[in-house]
Amino acid sequence: MNKLLVLGAGTAGTMAVNKLRPKLPEAQWDITIVEQQSTHYYQPGYLFIPFGTYQPDEVTKPTQRFIPEGVNLLQGEIDQVFPDENRVLLCDGRSLDYDYLLIATGTTPRPDETPGMAEGEWRKSVHEFYTFEGATALADTLKRWDGGRLVVHVTEMPIKCPVAPLEFTFLADAFLTQRGLRDKTELTYVTPLEGAFTKPVASAHLGDMLNTRGVHVEPDFMIESVDPEGKKIVSYDEREVPFDLLVTVPLNMGADYIAKSGLGDDLNYVPVDPFTLLSKEHENIFAIGDASDIPASKAGSVAHFAMDLFPENFLNHIQGLPMTQFFDGHANCFVESGNNKGLLIDFNYDTEPLPGKYPLPGIGPFSLLKETEINHWGKLMFRWMYWNLLLPGKELPLPALMSMAGKDTADLS
Amino acid sequence: MPTATIAGQEVQINDEGFLTEYDEWNEDVGAELAQNIGIAMTDQHWAVVKFLREDFKEKNQTATTRRVDKVGGFPTKLQFQLFPKKPGKKMSYVAGLPKPHGCV
Repeated sequence: MNKLLVLGAGTAGTMAVNKLRPKLPEAQWDITIVEQQSTHYYQPGYLFIPFGTYQPDEVTKPTQRFIPEGVNLLQGEIDQVFPDENRVLLCDGRSLDYDYLLIATGTTPRPDETPGMAEGEWRKSVHEFYTFEGATALADTLKRWDGGRLVVHVTEMPIKCPVAPLEFTFLADAFLTQRGLRDKTELTYVTPLEGAFTKPVASAHLGDMLNTRGVHVEPDFMIESVDPEGKKIVSYDEREVPFDLLVTVPLNMGADYIAKSGLGDDLNYVPVDPFTLLSKEHENIFAIGDASDIPASKAGSVAHFAMDLFPENFLNHIQGLPMTQFFDGHANCFVESGNNKGLLIDFNYDTEPLPGKYPLPGIGPFSLLKETEINHWGKLMFRWMYWNLLLPGKELPLPALMSMAGKDTADLS
Repeated sequence: MPTATIAGQEVQINDEGFLTEYDEWNEDVGAELAQNIGIAMTDQHWAVVKFLREDFKEKNQTATTRRVDKVGGFPTKLQFQLFPKKPGKKMSYVAGLPKPHGCV
């Protein structure tokens, strides 16, 4: 009996077992997935919780519901992988052997990596919205907000869903305007990047959107510490940004067991071949979803497009055949911009987000890099698609690899 | 690919002026690149640049400020003092390496 062991039942891990189980005969392949949480969280929904658009119960379902028959779900915390022994040790002492290992434990915010961040003011005037607890705590704080300095801050790249802090800023602007508090609130966007976003054309578009909303941008800000008493953030070059409410995106890192097992880079991401996701060091380990070091956005859409190609590669690989599907880093992200509108961006390793139409060239219905209502409805509809199509591993009518058709290249210099 | 003459030597550069060929760099080139961005090289500057070049050779990618701190042993604060405002970008420019990625 061959053993496939999957670590983590988030977006990538769940999709993987749903896609692989039907392709691997049960008489020959045992599939086990290890997850520490009994709840599966719809993470894109966290963005809407602080503003009361989604209630907490709209983003949770039991993990078990998405694990197909014929796959063993083990609840437990991972202590260490022993890649030379093909074995994983759980914190409760259980030991699991594998023939092939898929690492899918993602990335998590680490506020304790920045001095002062996780101290006195944490979840009081210093918040994050990348966890269920954080998003719901921030909702309570925003309910009581009556004006002052609201600072949205990104600690260091890469982060999960790199557009989310911009979306949060746009939604905060709309939320405060609706409540008559926008005039009483100074909104500042603090980023370690040179501009609003990582890629030039999108950065210019999104930067304009911050300007028209009266958001001050503080670029090239590498945070050294949070001063919880003085209520300010301080950069390495000694700039200070005062706040009454800080909404930060803490440093993102992969799971600690990855470092302990000697499988990760400086941020605990597993170095892999960017086209096949196979570990650079171990022939029987893949890292899928946010857990790898591929130079793509850490986002569900990237996990999804990569997972469309992965099963065929995996089936070839276990037979000793060359892998023939090459992932291009395709990402496709809705960007909420407030007032029931949104943008869509579509890009990959080599091509930055450009204006145009998606998925049908010239038709859409979605518009790239342009605010429309239909983009917003696309984002909201996506929650249904996530639970009902994406996680169960069903085909979505979208090509896995990025297409240049429908994209306007005039802005490229 | 554009070229430029730096320290009397013809080198290939990208549209931001970063060298594109690892082997076209030497200390004279590095010193002139530093001068271009208003940096006078000291022993500490050279130590950082040396780490970046060695690390690149091994990893085939430019170390981030975090890695220069954690692995190279040059605290981020020091990097900002040596290469003010944008250490990640300036260090790699002087060392003749691509800008560190992580910006995706």
